[in-house]
Amino acid sequence: MQLSSSDPFRDYDPGAYFCELTSQRADDQGTAGAVKARIGMIGLDALRARASAAETELINLGITFTVYSEASAIDRILPFDCIPRVITGSEWRQLEAGVKQRVAALNAFLHDIYHAGRIVQDGVIPGDLVFGNSNYRPEMKDFPVRFGTYVHICGIDIVRDAAGTFMVLEDNARTPSGVSYVVENRHLMSRAFPDLMAGIRLRPVDDYGRRLLSAMTDIAPEGVSDPQVVLLSPGIYNSAYFEHVFLSREMGVPLVEGADLTVEDDRVWMRTTAGRRAVHTIYRRISDEFLDPTVFRPESMLGVPGLLSAWRRGNVTLANAVGTGVADDKAVYAYMPRIIKYYLNEDAILPNVETHICREPEGLAYTLANLENLVVKPVGESGGYGITIGPRATKAQIEAARAALVADPSNWISQPVVSLSVGPTLTEQGIRPRHLDLRPFAVTGRETWVLPGGLSRVALKEGSLVVNSSQGGGSKDTWVLDDGSR
Amino acid sequence: MARETPLLARYAEGLFWMARYLERVENLARLVDVTQTFESPGREAESWLALVRINADEESFFKRGHSVDADSVKRFYLLDAGNATGIPASLEAARYNARTLRPLISTEMWMHLNVFHRDMLSIAPDDLQGDRLSRICRRIKEGVQTHTGITEGTFFRDQGWFFYQLGRLIERADQTTRLLDIRYHLLVPVAGEERRVAELTQWGAVLRAAAGYHAFRRVAPPGFTPDDVVAFLLTDTAFPRSVALCVEQMEWLLGQLRSRYGLRGTVAALERVEELRAGLTGRAVQRIIAEGLHQFLDGVQRDLILLAGEIGTAFFRDWRPLAEAQSQSQTQAA
Repeated sequence: MQLSSSDPFRDYDPGAYFCELTSQRADDQGTAGAVKARIGMIGLDALRARASAAETELINLGITFTVYSEASAIDRILPFDCIPRVITGSEWRQLEAGVKQRVAALNAFLHDIYHAGRIVQDGVIPGDLVFGNSNYRPEMKDFPVRFGTYVHICGIDIVRDAAGTFMVLEDNARTPSGVSYVVENRHLMSRAFPDLMAGIRLRPVDDYGRRLLSAMTDIAPEGVSDPQVVLLSPGIYNSAYFEHVFLSREMGVPLVEGADLTVEDDRVWMRTTAGRRAVHTIYRRISDEFLDPTVFRPESMLGVPGLLSAWRRGNVTLANAVGTGVADDKAVYAYMPRIIKYYLNEDAILPNVETHICREPEGLAYTLANLENLVVKPVGESGGYGITIGPRATKAQIEAARAALVADPSNWISQPVVSLSVGPTLTEQGIRPRHLDLRPFAVTGRETWVLPGGLSRVALKEGSLVVNSSQGGGSKDTWVLDDGSR
Repeated sequence: MARETPLLARYAEGLFWMARYLERVENLARLVDVTQTFESPGREAESWLALVRINADEESFFKRGHSVDADSVKRFYLLDAGNATGIPASLEAARYNARTLRPLISTEMWMHLNVFHRDMLSIAPDDLQGDRLSRICRRIKEGVQTHTGITEGTFFRDQGWFFYQLGRLIERADQTTRLLDIRYHLLVPVAGEERRVAELTQWGAVLRAAAGYHAFRRVAPPGFTPDDVVAFLLTDTAFPRSVALCVEQMEWLLGQLRSRYGLRGTVAALERVEELRAGLTGRAVQRIIAEGLHQFLDGVQRDLILLAGEIGTAFFRDWRPLAEAQSQSQTQAA
């Protein structure tokens, strides 16, 4: 066997950023050294060949998302980077506790604002931000949900600064996606790079489907002994259709579309070859406004007429509940540390990124005065759209952001630029640092379980801070080291 | 594992049509291949136009601006994605159905179809020339056969499998009648020994296209006639592509759906199958031929359309709010 002539990590320099593989961590169990040495053994050329074969396999397997332009629909893979991101046991315990705390606070908040609204009366958060929020659903007022769980599936976007501090960047409490890639990346890794992983004890990620099904079974209407769970998808043209397929397979439940369901006498049925069959829990991957044309958008063909009425009658459970969008609003996000304190009487285990709320005069003034140094984000968008990164923007872009801010201040928040951590990533130039985030997934029925690790998204473009798949992001396998303690 | 899982009506429909479209792709490749061997010098265009007639595609063939020559017909079936009965459109439809069925079918089935579909998109006009045509036909056949093998070895045999098989068998029976009908549309010398030899050559090619030549030679009487070939393709229940075997298997599948899965909607479909069987076995093939083979085959094709309709009504369509607009249809309906 010929050893590669040079160490692929020789030119790797994360600079001032925290590196998710190579920065010193007391409990990394020698993993970083092992991974670097093994990559050195494989050599850059072989690594590239295997990485490219792995991506071809993703295409053949149809592990893809669909990108729509005006004229066409193209199936694209989420580019896969074969160098793993490593989370140590102690790091994970902090993340896990922080995510659980956050989910508990989100659910308590939702329960409160759809009941007494104490948090508003007590002046912790402005009432118009909650009740005037476009995602607040008056239909949910005083509606009881089992175990007080509104957000059954939650994805929390976490970044890490130069000092290695984890911070929450965003909550996703509606229909967060990406978990399929967590599991598929691990499968791909173990098929294509078994030699990189050999002997390293990792927390498994295979349990997600079973945990999810168990939560969906827990939350079914009371008195149903063997509940029928289904996954409701907008169908094959949805960009996340692969994930819907994945989840329905992992749970072993039918993937249904709106037209497969019908509501009669406030009960939900699915259409089978043997006639109708009762449905008890719906994990829906359709947004609120398309769920039920009799309540929300009348033109929606994706939903099921009468679904909300059946739910309100307690004959079916929807996950996530309707109206959770108010909790993951980017303006509400700014209040999360106070929300956690208010309901749980605890400090946030995972801090927020400092946030200026432009609907508040001080926030707006500060933002306008410091546009060149801030990231300006619209509160209602997702997918990384509409963001202006001050230090990287042109003069014209800054002025455009300023005009948008002045025109509608309450649509915006701003944050300092976080020096996102990096991970060594295979590029055309060799192994180079690229910025990363992390989206752990929490599943909550009776209680909350967090999938070890999560989706590590990587901004493949040099220097880029935008990790979204729609904007040139890729992903990495996320290793949580198993040190035996939980 | 005794847990009985329900089958979504939409999945049943998707399985039925996925199998059907793939069977159609394989048979089209067989038909194209055999047409090539029928080409007689100076008469190429006629042989190829016969293929269009067999498939009852004259109208769309001319509407899509094709002219009567060998190249046009080959392009119409192998390259023209706008031809609803051609290979690209059928493969596209099969993959579309497979995509909706991904929660149900095996990963291996999906992966193969995905790759097969992509390979077939790369067929170029040059590939249809000379000996390359036969190679392309073989690749297409083998692609579907690989699908069949993967399905046999990996697809879970619950209700869905029965609908899958029904779709495939209805299409296969239909395609065998079309293959048989090829003789009706082809010109042969008017009389005498020359006619007898020409006919036997053509029937030999038909048998080869159906992968039945050697089996036929084993079971055929020494001085066999064209009638024996027709009888073999229509009624020999040991031959996988015979109409009678397909019908026999459909009957078994429908019976299983009824007894194993308690599907009560099988009654009308089973009646259709009985009629089909009676038509095939009720009288000697010589009489069928004497009364007009072409008319008989037309009748079988119509019965198969009605049978597919009964299955659709019982298990797929009445559940669909926009059944008429959305349902897939047998585009070959004569």
